Amino acid sequence: MDKNVKLPGTPYSSDDFKKGKIPYVEDVPKARYTWSAGIAMSRFLEELKNGRIVARKCHECGRVYVPPRMFCSYCFRPTDEWVYVKDTGRVNTAVVSYIGADRGKLGEPLVVAVIELDGASEGMGILHKLGNVDPEDVKNRKVFNMRVRAVWKKPEEREGAITDILYFEPIE
Amino acid sequence: MGRDVAIIGIGSTNYTPMTTEYSYKELMFEAALKAYEDAGINPRKELDALVTAAEDFWEGVSIFDEYIPDQMGAVLKPALTVSGDGLWGIIHGYMLVKTGYFDIVAVEAHSKASDIDNIMDVWRIALDPHYHRPIVDNVHMFAGLEMMRFMEEYNVSREALSMIVVKNRYNALYNPMAPYGTKTDIETVSNSEVVSYPLRKMDISEYSDGATVVVLASREVAEKYDKEPIWIEGVGWISDSPNIEEWDLACPSHVVLAASMAYSQANIDNPFKEIDLAEVDDRYSYREFQSLVALDLTNGYMMDELVFEGVISPSGELPVNPSGGYLGMGYPLEAGGLVKLYNAVVQLRGEAGPMQVGDVEKAVVMTRREFPSPSSAVVVLGR
Ligand SMILES: [Zn+2]
Repeated sequence: MDKNVKLPGTPYSSDDFKKGKIPYVEDVPKARYTWSAGIAMSRFLEELKNGRIVARKCHECGRVYVPPRMFCSYCFRPTDEWVYVKDTGRVNTAVVSYIGADRGKLGEPLVVAVIELDGASEGMGILHKLGNVDPEDVKNRKVFNMRVRAVWKKPEEREGAITDILYFEPIE
Repeated sequence: MGRDVAIIGIGSTNYTPMTTEYSYKELMFEAALKAYEDAGINPRKELDALVTAAEDFWEGVSIFDEYIPDQMGAVLKPALTVSGDGLWGIIHGYMLVKTGYFDIVAVEAHSKASDIDNIMDVWRIALDPHYHRPIVDNVHMFAGLEMMRFMEEYNVSREALSMIVVKNRYNALYNPMAPYGTKTDIETVSNSEVVSYPLRKMDISEYSDGATVVVLASREVAEKYDKEPIWIEGVGWISDSPNIEEWDLACPSHVVLAASMAYSQANIDNPFKEIDLAEVDDRYSYREFQSLVALDLTNGYMMDELVFEGVISPSGELPVNPSGGYLGMGYPLEAGGLVKLYNAVVQLRGEAGPMQVGDVEKAVVMTRREFPSPSSAVVVLGR
């Protein structure tokens, strides 16, 4: 900003807060949760530890839900069966982010994609990171329909979390 | 004014202190499946809109409305979340049907209180950060302040308050969905640990988890189904100023006004005479009396007489909380009003089994959104 511009009001700095020149209340909301994962998500997370992606199938419409749900959102009935889907798929869309959650610049740009997994119904899949993908390939749209495969953490390092898959990378 | 609105289906999970095995989505699905089956509708074809009542801080997820459609059969349908108790959800659903644009609307509320590790800290976030947080340590102190004023003005004995707890927890023994049914006695309640004097531990409802769904429909639609419709005859909801200093702490104005709004729509002149059943707020023991006073349901009886002479027992002149109320079913956060409404509908239909209080033609359901919110909602139901 142009330092010669005279703004109305009383100027203050963050230092003035520290020195107690400006009255304020500080309060930190404390809220902690232990979410019940439930039947569907618990099995999904457990299977990630085994290096597998599990889904639920609805026998009425044939949809294969991944991540799994105990109900079919479209038929409104309980889903019927656990099925495994592959850890390979194709990229539906992708994004390249150059900033982190705090808007700070990332050292390496982050590529994240919506991936339709093989064996799941159309439109079902996983939101995950892409690795070994040149950001230029997102910009020039080569990424569309790119075939990718999950790169897993070592079995002993998995903890039953979505991050047990490190990222998806292109299948050569 | 507008068209008539009926309740054509109800469904609920049981309420329990913990539901670690299910996600909230799975609880909602169970309640919804039962409600749609009860109504005899296929939500994918017939449901016009969904209303849920939920508070982000209870869920631990902000903008919680994004997570509601899947398990309710409401994907790609109009849906909205009311940040309030389930009874406010019912009122919003009722208004949607009244507009004429929606024939069948589902209303949902649930509690996953057991997922919250530090619930008293979450209550604290509701307190005014400048005026109240530095002074008041926990929300039960608000209840203590109100209880003190109420006991003073209405001359209530400690024994009568304890008897409310004894009654409601005994009633809950007959309610299959209630987890806190027990036979206790006045002495045990009166000697339970002091929380914020005069409030004792057993004066406070414990939390519970569960989900409840209610299906509303217009008269035209309701009359096509076999199930006897239960009519929503009047609704009222009122919010007072947030300043506790301004409240009528003995007889809350917001309850009085919400009741008069609902009664006038339902053409009720003499509530005690015309109403056969009351499911009212009993988050704290004294609240049951206070709710009855504000709802004009005491018929001139003293508070002690109401409970000791059996006026408000399941076989009395006016059965109050035969479900066990919050004291017996647990306080399920925003699902509270919906659970009370569910139990009133069961009674109106004559389907309450061992809980049935006789022939119920008209019922009133009332709850508050809890401290520090000075707000309440009242719904009058009829056959
Ligand atoms: Zn299906």
